[in-house]
Amino acid sequence: MKLTTALGVIAVAGSLFAGSAQAVDFTGAGASFPAPVYQSWGAKFKEKTGATLNYQSIGSGGGQNQIINRTVDFGASDATVPGEKLAANNLLQFPTVIGSVVATVNLDGVTTNQLKLTGPVLADIYLGKITKWNDKAIADLNPGVTLPSNAIVPVYRSDSSGTTAIFTSYLSAVSPDWKSKVGSATSVQWPTGAGAKGNEGVTGTVKNTKGGIGYVEFIYAAANKLVVTQLQNKAGKFVTPEVAGFQAAAASADWKGAKDFAASMIDAPAPEAWPIVSPTYILLPKNPTNVEASREVMKFFEWAYTKEGADIAEGLHYIPLPAAVVEQVKAAFKAEVKGPDGKPVL
Amino acid sequence: MDATVDGMRSGSAEPISKAKGTGRIADPIFVTLLWASGIFVLILLGLIIAELFKGGLPALQHFGLDFIWSSAWNPVTENFGALVMIYGTLFSAIIAVIVALPLSFGIAFFLTEIAPQPLKRPVGVAVQLLAAVPSIIYGMWGFFVVVPLIAAYVQPPLIDLFGDLPVIGALFAGPPLGSGMLTAGLILAVMILPFITAMFVETLESVPPMLKESAYGIGATTYEVYKNVSVPYGKTAMVGAIMLGLGRALGETMAVTFVIGNATRLSASLFAPGATIASTIANEFPEAPIGSLKLTSLLQLGFILFVISFIVLALSRALVRSRLD
Repeated sequence: MKLTTALGVIAVAGSLFAGSAQAVDFTGAGASFPAPVYQSWGAKFKEKTGATLNYQSIGSGGGQNQIINRTVDFGASDATVPGEKLAANNLLQFPTVIGSVVATVNLDGVTTNQLKLTGPVLADIYLGKITKWNDKAIADLNPGVTLPSNAIVPVYRSDSSGTTAIFTSYLSAVSPDWKSKVGSATSVQWPTGAGAKGNEGVTGTVKNTKGGIGYVEFIYAAANKLVVTQLQNKAGKFVTPEVAGFQAAAASADWKGAKDFAASMIDAPAPEAWPIVSPTYILLPKNPTNVEASREVMKFFEWAYTKEGADIAEGLHYIPLPAAVVEQVKAAFKAEVKGPDGKPVL
Repeated sequence: MDATVDGMRSGSAEPISKAKGTGRIADPIFVTLLWASGIFVLILLGLIIAELFKGGLPALQHFGLDFIWSSAWNPVTENFGALVMIYGTLFSAIIAVIVALPLSFGIAFFLTEIAPQPLKRPVGVAVQLLAAVPSIIYGMWGFFVVVPLIAAYVQPPLIDLFGDLPVIGALFAGPPLGSGMLTAGLILAVMILPFITAMFVETLESVPPMLKESAYGIGATTYEVYKNVSVPYGKTAMVGAIMLGLGRALGETMAVTFVIGNATRLSASLFAPGATIASTIANEFPEAPIGSLKLTSLLQLGFILFVISFIVLALSRALVRSRLD
């Protein structure tokens, strides 16, 4: 109790100096993929309002656990939570930014954006069916490229992660074989290859291994200038991983019809769409015990959806939500999150 | 306690009966504290075992004893088994001991018998410093330095040399990834080296000089003294040291996670990526929701690791005892 009082005093004192009377500190925990943008938003938001966001990047599963136990004000998860689980725990799920996953390779003489792959070929590589780089399936897609005879070494995330969930849902979407043999989850039973911890582990292993192929988040590949590949999208076009392609995928998703904002943009049909794109989500209690903090969380994300917040996200290579979706989320804030008195919190 | 000591020191200044008076209160308190410390360890250990067992029980109830023999680890279908991890834990730890043992023997005997005085301290300190390096540093060193070296210079020639042979070939099968069982074992060997060496040094130093001098006196060479006097004298303690090293290698987590390749597949190859119990728990724990089968399976894995460590310790005790008889 004393600690809460002390924190309250500090928060009040802080807000006085910041010139805002309502600033409340709020805490969140979960997915590590959006952590950089949440932290940048938090820093800017503090400058503006004095309210401090304390975000712990502990992984999506941890974020779900903590918000279900109500030990934080909001949870963050890369994978969507099933509708029944949301209902059972009285949680509102909404997206914040959109991220994408790209394939990176280590092949002599192959430069970035040069190698062309299709979804089924990628799935066959990770299934262990295609084992040499000069396999006919790959050579047919890349007529002008001299492919070495190296063994293909598929590299995957050893730690369970949202990135793996997105990548394996893509492989499940494009390859019936993958769907029946392996499936999609934050970690799966990989039929072949080697695992490494985190984006940096996958990158390091691919860089160390001639013939290695791995998957990483686009923000990580862009920041480290990795050798990435093209992929064929659902429309049959080979696309390079670029922001325009991610936006096309995000815009083509069926946001209106999706329950709990669980809109799929994996293997999107738009002609320019990059095929491995997925939003990352926030979980917020619909019946908050700490009403003040919950109001602050919603104000925070409303601000994050503005031009100012979107610019910060784009600077870090994340894709902001389409405007129509933002309006839907804002409406959900007002309609769904209610205090103990039954009135909307916001 | 101080009063008692002071009373005894000052002697004539205080009557003995008075000094005993304080002892009558202080002693029981002291003895109670000692009992409490002893019991505390037992209770702590008991609670940890009980909690792990309780947490892992749902997995055992769901899969039965098959959990131990099943090589499946499929988070999608929630089909979990411990065989791959148990195998990986034992395989990597045994490689570590096999590599570390001769090195430890060499360093220990060098330090106690051969090393000139000026070299003794630097080598001794260097070995001790190895023990002070945090395991995450070993992991990074392994990942960024050892793995590329092994992938480039160790695995390709070994695969060329042995890969096509029957039986032995299985040990060297697979692409040169760099990471895998062998690399994990090598990193572990460096990590357990200081512990085994320190205990070997202590043992060799406790060999009575008279025994060694007598052996030298009847014309034995350095090697003969080592083989026939020093090692037999300290045999039991040395077995204990090896077991201690094995125990440490079994539970090592961070460094192994970096270099073992983290594949939940069974393979006889030294180069194949694998997984240990500790590395699997470290990898999967953050994404294991409360109440899920995955979480209880991980806790059950922890319990199995506990049992394995216990068996290793019990074996070492039994070995030591049989040698004593």
